[in-house]
Amino acid sequence: MKIFRIHALICAGAQCLAAGGNGFEDALKDELKKHDLDEEVSLVETGCMGACQLGPLLVVYPEGVMYIKVKPEDAKEIVEEHFLKGRPVRRLMWKGEKAELPNLSEIPFFAKQTKIVLRNCGIINPEDIDEYIAQDGYEALSKALFEMTPQDVVQVMKDSGLRGRGGAGFPTGLKWELAFKQISDQKYIICNADEGDPGAYMDRSVLEGDPHSVLEGMAIAGYATGASKGYIYVRAEYPLAVKRLEVAIKQAKEAGLLGKNILGSSFSFDIELRMGAGAFVCGEETALINSIEGNRGEPKKKPPFPVVKGLFGKPTVINNVETLANVPAVIEKGSKFLRQFGTEKSPGTKVFALAGKVNITGLVEVPLGTPLRTIVFDIGGGVPEGHSFKAAQTGGPSGGVIPAKHLDVPMDYENLPALGTIMGSGGLIVMDEKSCMVDVAKFFLKFTVDESCGKCVPCREGTKQMLEILEHISNGKGEKGDIEKLEKMGNLIKLTSLCGLGQTAPNPVLSTIRYFRDEYEEHINNKSCPSNICKIEGGKNERKVAHRQTA
Amino acid sequence: MKERSLIDKLHEVQNGSKENYISKSEALKVSKRSKTPLAEIYGVLTFYTLFSEKPRGKHIIRVCRSLSCHMADANKIIGKLKETLGINVGETTFDKEFTLEESSCLGMCSVSPALMIDDIPFGNVEIDEIPEIIKKVKGGEL
Repeated sequence: MKIFRIHALICAGAQCLAAGGNGFEDALKDELKKHDLDEEVSLVETGCMGACQLGPLLVVYPEGVMYIKVKPEDAKEIVEEHFLKGRPVRRLMWKGEKAELPNLSEIPFFAKQTKIVLRNCGIINPEDIDEYIAQDGYEALSKALFEMTPQDVVQVMKDSGLRGRGGAGFPTGLKWELAFKQISDQKYIICNADEGDPGAYMDRSVLEGDPHSVLEGMAIAGYATGASKGYIYVRAEYPLAVKRLEVAIKQAKEAGLLGKNILGSSFSFDIELRMGAGAFVCGEETALINSIEGNRGEPKKKPPFPVVKGLFGKPTVINNVETLANVPAVIEKGSKFLRQFGTEKSPGTKVFALAGKVNITGLVEVPLGTPLRTIVFDIGGGVPEGHSFKAAQTGGPSGGVIPAKHLDVPMDYENLPALGTIMGSGGLIVMDEKSCMVDVAKFFLKFTVDESCGKCVPCREGTKQMLEILEHISNGKGEKGDIEKLEKMGNLIKLTSLCGLGQTAPNPVLSTIRYFRDEYEEHINNKSCPSNICKIEGGKNERKVAHRQTA
Repeated sequence: MKERSLIDKLHEVQNGSKENYISKSEALKVSKRSKTPLAEIYGVLTFYTLFSEKPRGKHIIRVCRSLSCHMADANKIIGKLKETLGINVGETTFDKEFTLEESSCLGMCSVSPALMIDDIPFGNVEIDEIPEIIKKVKGGEL
């Protein structure tokens, strides 16, 4: 084994790469070579570290110093000053409030999080199975195979209280139990990695940063339910996730952790990747099954539920990426583990993708039930100076907004629906006073109109009609009675659509009307957009170019 | 099920096409080989936005239209791309280098506005850097 003096962890998550991480890494490698430091400094490409806004990120151990927004031209200084002379480059470090030169544990953004799902993200090299194993990876699978019966595993999952993190919050253990009880020659486990909600990218980061945790979760699910085959349905828009999954599956097979007779036991389990082709509705489980089978991704009627009759007509468990990444932690640490965090009905943590008008955007994992205020202000550092929090949007096109007066709402599966929104997959977009709620509603409805599969008339045509009304309102052509029409149509679409997409499509409109009815009225009655976003023809405030502050 | 699905086959055909699309003759071949009616092939092909029936450029530019990108003025990014390339969304440049498309969400919400050119992600995109990015991609530097 090689001993290194310095470990430099460079974030190779998609967000940091998009911000120019590749260029920096190449420059750093060049500098290390120039100074003959290749043998002393170990450069590790990790998955997402979370503080995506400040990327590209570099963490240097043993000090635990975090460098932010590094550019190729910074590499020379980091190598010459820090690596050679031991003097961290202050100008590139995270600016601390209390500690002048904070290490990771002193930065509130990291210190206030609880990492279960993201336990390895940003720490290990996702393309090296040994690093996952060194973090106790595949320990849970081994424990399940040799110390537990499938019933034991199901019982632990049930007792753990884990609920599906894809949005619906269905108890995972119960789903597994239903599948376990089915008698069939073949059963399937599907990992739903078709993350399509605008504003959500936590599944992507788990797949890119810790793919083995998902593979291990699937294998455990297979053992518990009697399935020998798994599919991961992943968006084609995530090429990096696809690549890392391919590497991970190959390594796991070579190590005997997937395939025939895993770890020498009688249990066999194989995983195959299936790529999507750009259809939001395929995140709906019956549509997803259709898509894996190679058909149009149209939803089917339930019942029969997939656990009874799913992929190729066989019993199928569909779990989301984040849910599966929880599984090894639960099996390894026992049924009480998740209950140390979160609430009674929603134990454990949730990863949120914090985006929009907030100082530090990125991935945030907190116990369920954490107040919205803590996430936005304590962890995310609040909205940029000079602006005020207006609302947060959760649940993407199926969700709604949370206005400032409800900032203290505990984020869990019970409290969010009471406010007319949902947890969804964890997208959390913060809006300031410059965001127009009619515009936001219009935005999501456009999305639904584009993504509706067209099977049900209320969803296909109804959302179009609603969008037309919203466009009139935002153009200054709204009429009295429009709001009521939107409410009536919205409720009708919810009641008469077949799948989750249609049933929730009107939510962004209904929710913004609920909390910002006055804004709609202002557009209709006074032909003005209070946030200066809508282009109102001949209106009082024809669009001025809104000043956008870069956070 | 060892057999690949129709979607896998269509991905393969499209990836193998120099013009990034699935031609009628290729669709016919798939239909014959897999003994699937052509109508069914097109039923699937036209359902998914990543498949194209018409020839596209060597590089596909996908601009994210998610809410966080929308709030970060993704519209201006699209405007600049249209201007730089001289095409509208859904069109291909005359030299067949670029096709401009929109995506509902590329999952890069923390570095909005974001776009992808083929498999390369770009985040925190500024209007002024767009001509440079296009030049580099065209010259094979990225």
